[in-house]
Amino acid sequence: MSAQATKNCITLKGSAQIIAEYLKYGINSILFQRGIYPAETFESTQQYGLTILMSKDPKIEEFLKKVLEQTEEWLGKNMINKVSMVITNAHTKEVLECWDFKMNAELGDGETIDPQKLTSSKELKRIQNEIRDVMRQISATVTYLPLLDCICTFDVMIHTLQTCDIPESWDETGPAFIQNAQAVQLRSFSTGLHKVDTVVNYKMSS
Amino acid sequence: MSQFNFFNEINSALTMDGEITRGPPPRWQKKMMDASSSSHLNGSRSVLSVSYNTSFSGANPPTKTPGKTGDTKNKKTPTPSKGSKTPGGGDRFIPNRGTTNFELGHYLIKQEQEKSENDEENDSGNSNNSNKMTPAKAERQKLISDSMQVADGKTTRILSYQNKAPAAPESHTNPLKVVYSIKTPISTKSGSRYIPTTSDRILDAPDIINDYYLNLLDWSADNIVTVALGNAVYLWNAATGNIEQLVEYEEGDHACALAWIQEGQILAIGNNTGAVELWDCSKIKRLRVMDGHSARVGALAWNSFLVSSGSRDGSIIHHDVRAREHKVANLAGHTQEVCGLKWSTDFKYLASGGNDNLVNVWAAVSGGVGTGNEPLHILNEHQAAVRALAWCPWQPNVLASGGGTADRCIKFWNVNNGSLINSVDSKSQVCALLWSRNYKELISAHGFANNQLTIWKYPSMVKQAELTGHTSRVLQMALSPDGSTVISAGADETLRLWNCFAPDPHTAKKSSTAAAKAKQSVFRQSIR
Repeated sequence: MSAQATKNCITLKGSAQIIAEYLKYGINSILFQRGIYPAETFESTQQYGLTILMSKDPKIEEFLKKVLEQTEEWLGKNMINKVSMVITNAHTKEVLECWDFKMNAELGDGETIDPQKLTSSKELKRIQNEIRDVMRQISATVTYLPLLDCICTFDVMIHTLQTCDIPESWDETGPAFIQNAQAVQLRSFSTGLHKVDTVVNYKMSS
Repeated sequence: MSQFNFFNEINSALTMDGEITRGPPPRWQKKMMDASSSSHLNGSRSVLSVSYNTSFSGANPPTKTPGKTGDTKNKKTPTPSKGSKTPGGGDRFIPNRGTTNFELGHYLIKQEQEKSENDEENDSGNSNNSNKMTPAKAERQKLISDSMQVADGKTTRILSYQNKAPAAPESHTNPLKVVYSIKTPISTKSGSRYIPTTSDRILDAPDIINDYYLNLLDWSADNIVTVALGNAVYLWNAATGNIEQLVEYEEGDHACALAWIQEGQILAIGNNTGAVELWDCSKIKRLRVMDGHSARVGALAWNSFLVSSGSRDGSIIHHDVRAREHKVANLAGHTQEVCGLKWSTDFKYLASGGNDNLVNVWAAVSGGVGTGNEPLHILNEHQAAVRALAWCPWQPNVLASGGGTADRCIKFWNVNNGSLINSVDSKSQVCALLWSRNYKELISAHGFANNQLTIWKYPSMVKQAELTGHTSRVLQMALSPDGSTVISAGADETLRLWNCFAPDPHTAKKSSTAAAKAKQSVFRQSIR
């Protein structure tokens, strides 16, 4: 076997896939940990060496599948700045909490300038350990985030480049602002090609 | 007198940073503040805030600046004690500073400020007040800088999928409500026996360290309770009531874990420098110091001559206290602080719980000393740090574990196959667990909201009683050698003794006659 064949490589596509997977588990974990949907509608799975609760509501599953497929495609072209998960009061539409996943492109091994040929030799195990630490922090946020004491819903907003085409059944929206917001930045992880910062913005209770 | 008051006020106003360096007020002051704020201060507070908004004179304003919000937040996050390094895994509560774009944020805010100042100069400065940053303005600037960081002008667009996710059903109430709302204890149907729900005795425990990750209380087979208060370790003889001070550490050092040997008067102390000390308490003499950890030792467990220590660096070390080379094995199964450590009642397994939400079960080496280097089971169902661990006295393969605030569950495991037997939501952080030896029951210690001890029937997990009295979370629990009394240490600086497992005189008589009968018939005994 040649040295090249054994080398562990992550391409931009692979990086996008890792991040989309993180978003899937991260968003589900937030939905459960923040008590937005009834606990009975979740079931546990094993991922990153953790027990993560995933929604089994078919509508939520379908929504996340569609959104994350599109996210992965755009990520593979480095067209996304930020993915925001917004939690709103279902009745008043007031934004209560916003989880920002900021994407920063990185050069990986930096052997080429062509973005489609960039690779990263970061070990998958190491990336997953970094993701695991973020996931743990997400579940620990329960201790300081305010109680969401109303019927809530959530939405995912994707901040893309202006050059991005709008696919069918997608539309442009405005940014979500929270009155009297407090932001807490959690740990970051990096695939070598993308660095993802996770930030939670929440409304301070007066 | 009045001019002295005035001088004091001036002084306190001049030393702007005085409050921070002075540290938290002493206990008596806090109590006085608590008492007085509820009575007469309430009335005057609204007046004060009005005067603050309108006129900016007087000596108090510096202490009433918006720092307040930050303060309350700090209180919520449990800061670990001083002198401790963050382990490799890091602390989950502290956000990653390296990724906070301080330079960019500072630049953007500065830029905005300069721009607005320039504008004001052009406007020929209408008033002095506009130069000051009002909170609302600062808020606006923060929003601006935030959005600028993401969207540099018009180069981005925000897209969302139009088939939205559904809202939660109308009947849904947030299950987290139990964490936030104070409920009066639910009246629990006491089962077949009478359990006194008030404490038998209350002892004062000043300066007990309020840290979820430490183990500062133990009760020996010789009926001596040891407890660490501040930087000293005390021994309290439960039979005679005699109190002795075992050791007082230097300022800044303190004990982090205390554990009695199964029989005799040897006490192991894990301290904040990472060493494990052995003390002979009959002579008040230190026997040896065993090092090996790079951070504080917060959990200890004895297995005859072997003492296992769990540390903030995530490692567990088995020390053979007889040998010169005391280090038998170093187990690296946790990535963050180990805060729970218990050998099973038959000493075949060691259970460890950590801040990484894991419970590891280690199997003892057959015919050897210590355990294997790889955990037998890694139990990762808990959603928060696991400190409360307890092995069932009558089923040696059953382990009970309790999770912290984000988890609140008591889980039962069969360690023979690593399967989850049962899980019960206790609705409050689980600080400690103990099994009764006299009854098929276990007791759990909790924090917010009721700070209670709960007695559960096993295996039905029906609540038998709730023992309330602590006014702050219960940190620690230990069982008396005769198994009848539980001692609990609370963050309210009290130790409380609960006589909740006292053997019923009726059943005691019955069981003694039953034992006599069983002795007569060897045949029946073997069937049972």
